[in-house]
Amino acid sequence: MAVTDAGPSRATNTQSAPVVDAEEAGRLALMRRERTLRWALPSAVFLALILLWQGAVTVYEIPHYQLPGPFLVMQTLVEDFGSLAGSWWTTVRITVLALILAIIGGGGLAILFTQSRWIEMSLFPYMVVLQVTPIIAIAPLIFIYIDSHIARVLFIAWIVAFFPVLSNTALGLKSSDHNLRDLMTIYRASRWQRLRFLQLPSSLPYFLGGLRIAGGLALIGAVVAEFTMGSGGQSAGLAFRILESSYRLNVPRMFAALVLVILTGIAIYLVLSWVTWLLLHKWHESALKREG
Amino acid sequence: MADGANLPAADFAAGTPRARAARPVILSLDHVDKVFGTSVVALRDMALEVRQGDFISLLGPSGCGKSTALRLISGLMQPTRGRVRWEDPQARDTLGVVFQEPTLMPWATVAENVWLPLRLRGKSRAQVMPDIAEALAMVGLTGFENAYPRELSGGMKMRVSIARALVTHPRLILMDEPFAALDEITRFKLNNDLLAMREKLDCTVIFVTHSVFESVFLSDRIVIMAARPGRVIRELAVDAPYPRDAAFRTSTEYVAHCRAASEALAEAMQGVAHEG
Ligand SMILES: Nc1ncnc2c1ncn2[C@@H]1O[C@H](COP(=O)(O)OP(=O)(O)OP(=O)(O)O)[C@@H](O)[C@H]1O
Ligand SMILES: [Mg+2]
Repeated sequence: MAVTDAGPSRATNTQSAPVVDAEEAGRLALMRRERTLRWALPSAVFLALILLWQGAVTVYEIPHYQLPGPFLVMQTLVEDFGSLAGSWWTTVRITVLALILAIIGGGGLAILFTQSRWIEMSLFPYMVVLQVTPIIAIAPLIFIYIDSHIARVLFIAWIVAFFPVLSNTALGLKSSDHNLRDLMTIYRASRWQRLRFLQLPSSLPYFLGGLRIAGGLALIGAVVAEFTMGSGGQSAGLAFRILESSYRLNVPRMFAALVLVILTGIAIYLVLSWVTWLLLHKWHESALKREG
Repeated sequence: MADGANLPAADFAAGTPRARAARPVILSLDHVDKVFGTSVVALRDMALEVRQGDFISLLGPSGCGKSTALRLISGLMQPTRGRVRWEDPQARDTLGVVFQEPTLMPWATVAENVWLPLRLRGKSRAQVMPDIAEALAMVGLTGFENAYPRELSGGMKMRVSIARALVTHPRLILMDEPFAALDEITRFKLNNDLLAMREKLDCTVIFVTHSVFESVFLSDRIVIMAARPGRVIRELAVDAPYPRDAAFRTSTEYVAHCRAASEALAEAMQGVAHEG
């Protein structure tokens, strides 16, 4: 019966083939245009803002200790790069370390929570408390109780960053398909097998979503930590450079340091998006759309 | 395939099913009740004897407890009263299940999905490669080992799901409306293939369906159920011999069985209406 159906339908297909082709070509062109616009539009906005900024500075003759023009900022960045690079590296290191700790702490706690309802019930409220307490408010306490500068800064950055990893992963571990869960029960999977073969893979997209939020927060945490804790001697981070430049009214250098912070944030976002794509593009819906 | 060797497939192939009573009982439901909460009676006093080689369809309207019966058999829940008695422990250990949805792991390839039941028993992939290949060949998916579920059509996903159920060489397979979500042509094709697979594997099947036609085509016993409370109303035998192929669907015998089953279903339901 399938064979008799195939005959006429194939015939109509050949007849309408050119139409389908034109349609297809149109869709392809549209897609190509959209892909170009995706980077062209933001670039145009960026250029326009830079020009507007430089124009305003030039026309109104704004002194550079109030608002330096973008070209002066760039120039400062290049000239001071020698001294800024070290601070940049410090900030990047703290951010990455805090993010790694957030992954271990948030992910580990989430797994612990799914293994025992009791532990989850006992601890989760305190995780929320940690999350909602303004970090600035407890900074003086941290200053008293933790001796090492690097530990203080890491601790603050970690507190700021770990919660999205925890809550997303915990949600992901619980949202595995219920039929697959039944299947695991029927096949008598052990607790560990269930975690390894079902819960961890199901939670991966959620975890990665949390990670992308945590990436930005870790950077914010690293900057805030340095603002509140001061610098640790020679290994001062970008936040310290911003403060220091503001005391000296070296506004172009403030802007240069700020540009580095922003670039770091963008880089973290891009790297984490790339990792997400790498891990999910073969199977997960969220990553599929990008391919097309 | 060594598992089921004690019952020769030739019995079905020759079209002379051995007298049912002579075949060993795999499991039985013993006056089983299942009550949810305090008042939802999903099953009342269900008795069912499953013998080796049976192809049993549970046929009935939505909510009559068909899925509940399968979940009791698979051990996902316990009966409120009565027992599920297993006479063949090996059938329980190798039990295969197929749900209405394909229920595949989207992050795993076809081969990895089929590997799962054996993997959970600690078998490495290399160790069971031949079993995976055999199960995939059985459902006609050789060559799709490395595809991901999203790359497959609904019918193909269902085939993977069946291959996963077959890979343990089960003596008993439970299927809960496996083809309900598929179009009719695909469903017919899968029905034919399912019977062909069973000829080869010689396993017992309990198959839940809404469709009179499907139940007549596939099974040799149809258990008709009614809802509120869920219970067995009648049992029909479809004594047409296996193998059955597409030609069986157009035979007068098939049509007669369908009419009988529809009438039994309608009659039973009517009787229920008067009772209530
Ligand atoms: N976990 C549960 N909790 C409460 N009630 C349930 C549960 N599972 C099933 N029921 C109820 O038990 C009855 C039988 O459900 P069951 O799923 O077995 O029906 P079914 O015959 O499989 O129906 P369908 O053809 O729609 O799948 C229904 O009234 C249903 O609402
Ligand atoms: Mg059901």
